[in-house]
Amino acid sequence: MGADLRESEFSPSDKKWGTHEFHLFDRRYHHVRCVDLFDLHSVKRGTDVMIDMAWIQFSLYLAALIGLAKPLGVYMAQVYEGNIPHPMRWLSGLEKAIYQLTGQGKSEEMSWKNYALAMLTFNTAGFLFLYFLQRLQGILPLNPQGLPAVSPDSAFNTAISFVTNTDWQGYGGESTMSYLTQMVGLAVQNFVSAATGMAVLIALIRGFARKKMETVGNFWVDLLRSILYILLPLAVIWSVVLVSQGVPQTFDRSMTAIVVQPASTRVFSEAGPTKDAQGQIRAEQTIAVGPVASQIAIKQLGSNGGGYYNVNSAHPFENPTPLSNFFEVLAILLIPAAFCCTFGVMVKDRRQGWALLTVMSIIFAVFLVIGYSFESRPNPLIAQLGVDQPIGNMEGKETRFGVGESVFWATATTAASNGSVNAMHDSFMPLGGLVPLVMMLFGEVIFGGVGSGLYGMIAFVIVAVFVAGLMVGRTPEYLGKKIESFEMKMALVALLVTPFFVLSLTALALMTSAGKAGIFNSGMHGFTEVLYVFSSAANNNGSAFAGLAANNFFYNVTLGLAMFFGRYWIAIAMLAMAGSLARKQKIPASAGTLVTHTPLFIGWLIATIVLIVVLNYLPVLALGPVIEQLMLNQGMMF
Amino acid sequence: MLKHLWTSLKMLLILTVLTGVVYPLTVTAIAQLLFANKANGSPIISNGKLIGSELIGQQFDDPKYFWGRPSAISPTYNASASSGSNLGPTNKALIVAIKSRVATLQAADPDQHSPVPAELVTASASGLDPHISPEAANYQIPRIARLRAIPEAELVGLVERSAQGRLLGIWGQPRVNVLKLNLALDELRSSRTNPRGSGSAGVIDSH
Repeated sequence: MGADLRESEFSPSDKKWGTHEFHLFDRRYHHVRCVDLFDLHSVKRGTDVMIDMAWIQFSLYLAALIGLAKPLGVYMAQVYEGNIPHPMRWLSGLEKAIYQLTGQGKSEEMSWKNYALAMLTFNTAGFLFLYFLQRLQGILPLNPQGLPAVSPDSAFNTAISFVTNTDWQGYGGESTMSYLTQMVGLAVQNFVSAATGMAVLIALIRGFARKKMETVGNFWVDLLRSILYILLPLAVIWSVVLVSQGVPQTFDRSMTAIVVQPASTRVFSEAGPTKDAQGQIRAEQTIAVGPVASQIAIKQLGSNGGGYYNVNSAHPFENPTPLSNFFEVLAILLIPAAFCCTFGVMVKDRRQGWALLTVMSIIFAVFLVIGYSFESRPNPLIAQLGVDQPIGNMEGKETRFGVGESVFWATATTAASNGSVNAMHDSFMPLGGLVPLVMMLFGEVIFGGVGSGLYGMIAFVIVAVFVAGLMVGRTPEYLGKKIESFEMKMALVALLVTPFFVLSLTALALMTSAGKAGIFNSGMHGFTEVLYVFSSAANNNGSAFAGLAANNFFYNVTLGLAMFFGRYWIAIAMLAMAGSLARKQKIPASAGTLVTHTPLFIGWLIATIVLIVVLNYLPVLALGPVIEQLMLNQGMMF
Repeated sequence: MLKHLWTSLKMLLILTVLTGVVYPLTVTAIAQLLFANKANGSPIISNGKLIGSELIGQQFDDPKYFWGRPSAISPTYNASASSGSNLGPTNKALIVAIKSRVATLQAADPDQHSPVPAELVTASASGLDPHISPEAANYQIPRIARLRAIPEAELVGLVERSAQGRLLGIWGQPRVNVLKLNLALDELRSSRTNPRGSGSAGVIDSH
């Protein structure tokens, strides 16, 4: 196809796209592309030719992230240890008042079981509240668009989704949820689900930091401090920055505009065309606004990702400028990265925190480069139609972000369990889309969710230490704590629960007509859509290959279950480990102790993580994106 | 257990008030005080009428106007239900859609033989993308110049003036806001003595 176009008017360098064969890792291809870029665009694009700005953007993002991780991480450690830093002390009156209102003694320490019970009870209350809020929104106030009640299965799915910090959205925000539901339902869970993950992590860190103790802290104190001193202040700052860039923050109803092009072929509102004073037909555009900025700020900071609008941060109102994009993508990774430093401070060995941050950054950078190198190539099927794709695959991407900032976001949002998007992952090139998929399949430990990322990473550390211990024939230790069979069991529970749900539910969906009915793209890509959605749910990410029609009974229920087990199974296992570690004596380091902050250990940990993911998922990855890329290279369509 | 339940309910209530009411109201107050226009959706008002938002693209398929990104929403550029196409890179429907968009562009300007800029034939992520690259605007200049009887050089100048570069030379992509560009284009026409509607010939479906 497209032969008629190919043979006619295009410059010689463009013809290459039509006839050149593409291979997975083809050096010739790169060569051709460089020459091509130079020939075609040196005149048009001027200085952009020699340096790809994306590499500078990536480096600056990571530099800003790591630069901010230390001060924020140290601050958070002070908050959790109860030494509230001076500038924030004015909030401690409010903190005390809340303890009094809820009847909580600040000093009341909890065993791990008690801590877990408090967490589960609190999350259950949040779930029920959110469910009934959605079911009743039609008769509740702050609903200027008059939106009806959400269906039972969708409300169930959404309630689990927001309580587990997944923020998978089966619905379109602006056309489903009233202002009231968005504000006192979804936005509140953005704070408390994030704070729940942070509290669990802090309990686990205390397990390492304490010795011969039965308790791991007080859930209510950790929860409240996470919100009051960390999430709320950051969210206010981020909201104001976002509004300054054009993100709406208003309680007015949607705006109705008379569009500029008269006599359009299209009519924008169901009411039909309206006529102006001259009797000329004009079309209308209804523009949804609302209290957007306050929700976007926290959904980015709290690794939630649930957007105000259907297309999330690709929407020009959710993410209007390159500066808003910078702040939003920085917010995705900020707290998870800072927690590495918090960890170092609290276990009194900062090098341990830096080692984990280094592991995360290296894996992140490698996959970022892989993703960008595939996504920044033209789609050969499109190129042969005579289309110029100088910056790569633009289907499903916004002009203001281009390919580089879209790929960075995609990698960050899936590395962290955020799941917000600024481009449509479903339309990524096959191996470009493999990157966000794999980042989730790492179990959301490469930065990961706020709190949940680092406790997942610590599960990997336990396994790495254990395997290293087997090799040298010593009892494994980490941070002076003996790693024994109970810790190993809990670590493995945490690491195996998500592969179990991802793989078995993907298989179930592909064997049932209800599961297959949701698939949008045919061929291998449709398989990847299903694999992606269960990876996203079980790992509490919430991003989507959004072509999949998932707002139906089958997906609402299966995804709901995957999100539930993916969250609490791991969280409870980690709290159990915290309880066991806190009881143990600390062993002083000796000459035979495995050092866990050296480049050697960093490499070993990376190898362990990669090995476990490869063992779990290589076959399904080969069946999905890898085959699709090979087919695409052959010019095949589905 | 019962104690936790009671604490949970009280804590949830307090945190709902704090993060669900006090927080958004505080942000709204700050936003309306400091950036009222932006907080209200960056509206563009002309002759007392709301004609759109600076940040939200509109459908342009009349050949006398600059066209923006194809929108996958139905109806296109419906700013109350954003959506991308979600078509995968090997989906026949994607290739067919792009082929037809290429054909539409070429039918609107048969003399234009340059390769078609990607943004004009690939659907944006939001379906509301307000921008195209300066290259994609320049590609359309000969067509608009012919239909509006405006010298090409004047339009080249217009696109140059409307184009936004990268932030600090680093962030974002060079781009042109299509709605603002078209408003400026209409200004250009009304400041000349060109008769109205000279080129309103065929409105071409971009799909």
